[in-house]
Amino acid sequence: MPHDPPHSSPLWSSFKATPTAWGRSPSWGLPRLGPGCLTPLLSRHPLPRRAWILSPDEKVSQASLRRLYDRFQALDRTGKGYLSRLDLQQIGALAVNPLGDRIIDSFFPDGSLRLDFPGFVRVLAHFRPVDEEEEGNRDPKEPEPLNSRMNKLRFAFQLYDLDRDGKISRHEMLQALRLMVGVQVTEEQLESIADRTVQEADEDGDGAVSFLEFAKSLEKMNIEQKMSIRILK
Amino acid sequence: MGVRGLVPFCPWNWCLLLATLQCCGASSESNRSTDSSAQSELNVRFAAASSQPAEAISVFTLDYDYVQIPYEVTLWILLASLAKIGFHLNRRLPRLMPESCLLILVGALVGAVIFGTDHKSPPVMDSSIYFLYLLPPIVLESGYFMPTRPFFENLGSILWWAGLGALLNAFGIGLSLHLVCQVPAFGLGDVNLLQNLLFGSLMSAVDPVAVLAVFEEARVNEQLHMMIFGEALLNDGISVVLYNILIAFTKMHKFEGIEPVDILAGCARFIIVGCGGVFFGVIFGFISAFITRFTQNISAIEPLIVFMFSYVSYLVAETLYLSGILAITACAVTMKKYVEENVSQTSYTTIKYFMKMLSSVSETLIFIFMGVSTIGKNHEWNWAFICFTLVFCQIWRAISVFVLFYVSNQFRTFPFSVKDQCVIFYSGVRGAGSFSLAFLLPLSLFPRKKLFVTATLVVIYFTVFIQGITVGPLVRYLDVRKTNKKESINEELHARLMDHLKAGVEDVCGQWSHYQVRDKFKKFDHKYLRKILIRKNLPKSSLVSLYKKLEMKQAIEMVESGVLSSTNYSTPYQGCPRTKETKRLSPEDVESMRDILTRNMYQVRQRTLSYNKYNLQPQTSEKQAKEILIRRRNTFRESMKKGHSLPWGKPAGTKNIRYLSFPYSSPLPAGRDMKVAEFTDHDGSDSELPPITFSTHSPKESIQERRWAPEVIPMRSLHRAATPPHFGYRRNASREEHLGRGGRAILRPKPLFHAVDEEFESEEESEEEAPAFGSLLSSELRPGGDCNLSHSPLLQRK
Repeated sequence: MPHDPPHSSPLWSSFKATPTAWGRSPSWGLPRLGPGCLTPLLSRHPLPRRAWILSPDEKVSQASLRRLYDRFQALDRTGKGYLSRLDLQQIGALAVNPLGDRIIDSFFPDGSLRLDFPGFVRVLAHFRPVDEEEEGNRDPKEPEPLNSRMNKLRFAFQLYDLDRDGKISRHEMLQALRLMVGVQVTEEQLESIADRTVQEADEDGDGAVSFLEFAKSLEKMNIEQKMSIRILK
Repeated sequence: MGVRGLVPFCPWNWCLLLATLQCCGASSESNRSTDSSAQSELNVRFAAASSQPAEAISVFTLDYDYVQIPYEVTLWILLASLAKIGFHLNRRLPRLMPESCLLILVGALVGAVIFGTDHKSPPVMDSSIYFLYLLPPIVLESGYFMPTRPFFENLGSILWWAGLGALLNAFGIGLSLHLVCQVPAFGLGDVNLLQNLLFGSLMSAVDPVAVLAVFEEARVNEQLHMMIFGEALLNDGISVVLYNILIAFTKMHKFEGIEPVDILAGCARFIIVGCGGVFFGVIFGFISAFITRFTQNISAIEPLIVFMFSYVSYLVAETLYLSGILAITACAVTMKKYVEENVSQTSYTTIKYFMKMLSSVSETLIFIFMGVSTIGKNHEWNWAFICFTLVFCQIWRAISVFVLFYVSNQFRTFPFSVKDQCVIFYSGVRGAGSFSLAFLLPLSLFPRKKLFVTATLVVIYFTVFIQGITVGPLVRYLDVRKTNKKESINEELHARLMDHLKAGVEDVCGQWSHYQVRDKFKKFDHKYLRKILIRKNLPKSSLVSLYKKLEMKQAIEMVESGVLSSTNYSTPYQGCPRTKETKRLSPEDVESMRDILTRNMYQVRQRTLSYNKYNLQPQTSEKQAKEILIRRRNTFRESMKKGHSLPWGKPAGTKNIRYLSFPYSSPLPAGRDMKVAEFTDHDGSDSELPPITFSTHSPKESIQERRWAPEVIPMRSLHRAATPPHFGYRRNASREEHLGRGGRAILRPKPLFHAVDEEFESEEESEEEAPAFGSLLSSELRPGGDCNLSHSPLLQRK
């Protein structure tokens, strides 16, 4: 995961400095977003204070946050306050997603077993639609928001790159292909397709696809649209 | 085109036609003989010509009149069915044109035969037959098969477009035709405004679903699909209401003038008729859902309940002069959700098929009536009227599409593109509805009825044939992704990966609507409705059986196909080993690789399942889901065995270490074991694979394992564990145990399902299965006591 969770102390105060970073409309206002502001709405579990410590680049609107929190609670069946892999595995549609396991894995960076709400939002923030206006106003010195093209690409890239060495090896490509292609295709075909895919993108001839090569091979594609979910606006 | 499809069945068709023809001849002859011997008690005498005394009991008699109507109708339907078989035997034809083309051709053929043989009294459609028997099944079918969730998510746009669109079209066509009628040169002076409006209202009943099948291939986006579906669903209702009101006005106009008050009353009537219909539909929908709650002991009656209550809702609404169409639609939509959860799997299938069958019979009959009335002397051709009708139909459809979508796009997060709008404009195919309404115009009020019927027929033929055949190429042309075929394999693969990723993340977020209303309804539904309407402790019997089937049969199938595919050396790539010199692949090879990928990569799950008006196809998504499930289960097992938390070698978490100690093996037929042994040996020679990074195994071994992971695990594990083969006994035991597990899973899922999967409830069959499997799957993964029980019949050991 490119963004480490901000475990350091009072991040909340850093928000006050950048109020507009929070929502698309400043009128949602900071006061309502204070820690525990949603407690009356969220009857099942009062939010722990730290749950609202989010890094400023998540910019998910408040309405979305509330809904995500509802969803988070619905997923957390036993009410333990975090999600485990099992919780996500119980989403029916994900069970029949060929990449289901990998998607679940991407919610649990670095082999962690618990997914707390900020982490949940942080992952989903990659899929926020790109807002051009916002993009124009962005301070170039700030780090790129999670929903930038590069970060979206990086997210997709890490679905291939299992050993996290920054490269998609031929074997990793083959594994991804196996997951995504039906049983009708023979192993030989798959292997030659994997070979070909790696060759096609591999520019420096090391037999693997680096992230830059990956990004280059997709430069014509409208990633912003392909990797955005409208409800996260 | 159609003829080619018919070729293989020509002999049959001709036989049937001959039979029909002879019967027609016989009937006309018998009619004549009846006239001659009108006094005889028995109707028709085979030996009438030989003027035998009527009292004698004849050995062989022919009473065609007695069976004539059902007989001919049955033959028509048979003929249409045979033609459909021929149509679908040809692979290309169904993609080329909508099936309604074929039906119209069959209708025209029957019409020609009837005209040619001078058949005196063919069955004819009249108003009560159409409105009481033919229309309800068609409407019920489209209401029942509508994907509920996307419909309500796009409800605003659909209502706006279907409602206002129909009105705009009706009044637009009517008024502009009225202007044309003012020109004295056209000789249309006697067609007054009301008649024109009525004609406009019947012309506005479009049937765009007919073309959905044609561009199904092009995978139009979900919203577009929903707009077209929703229009088809509501359009009929609105035009029929309008039609009836205008007929009432016309009747009134015959005697007195129409005052503004009447027009206001008409508008109010329009609203009341619509809302009242929906109201009754919803009520009856709930009643029938409630009743199916108690049918568990007499499940054969379930389909009957569904059909009868829908019909009752239609009849009740019609009795009260409300819109029966909207009532039956609303009834189907309301009850579907609950009924499908209540009824047994077999009833569910029965309902689906019976509904399709009834509606297709209705439509076939209407098209045949259309053919019969096409070929005949009852036409009045007026160039001006017909040409202007055709032109205005297109113009007003274009205007309404672009204007209404321009407005509704302002309120949508994801607006409809110009391309989408073009497709919607082009899908304005008129169908059975328009014809029936025109055909049923009362002659007493409409002296120029023949002219209207002719114009309607021309528009139908034009739209169905010309637009229906060209809409497929048009959609393909507009679809940019398909047109720039220059995609590299990388793009192809990554694009699909991203689609899956997006779909998966969407599922994680859950779907939520933009409307608070829906959320509120969902809560209300959970709190009250479901409790009242749905059986308690519902045993998902279908689930167990399906799960079992899936386990037993498909696992074996998949293993076999895996084994077969790797031994089968007729593939185009077997000659391309991974050596340096074959690095240069010819463009054709690349092309065919891409082809393989496009065809065989799993499709992204869709919420609107493919819909074909004329057929119920097994959803590919279902098959795919099962395949994925099996593969995932197997990989998971493999990983458990290896101590990986997940198949691709993430560091094993603490939780997963517990799995390490699971006993693991599987009883399987010995013959298969041999096969696998052979293959693994063979595989062993294949050792120039690049090393990979699994720390726990030697590269070679893990490669092999990966290689066989999805398919062959059961056998491999057997092979390795070398279990003594007590197959018969083991298998039985395992099955029992499996059932036991199934039972447990059944008791558990209710709360499990509902917490997360509320959006899948009774969506579509496959989606309904998905969460179930998911929870079965996951209940199996559940750490703790029951985990070390058996995992599947195939992989089981105490």
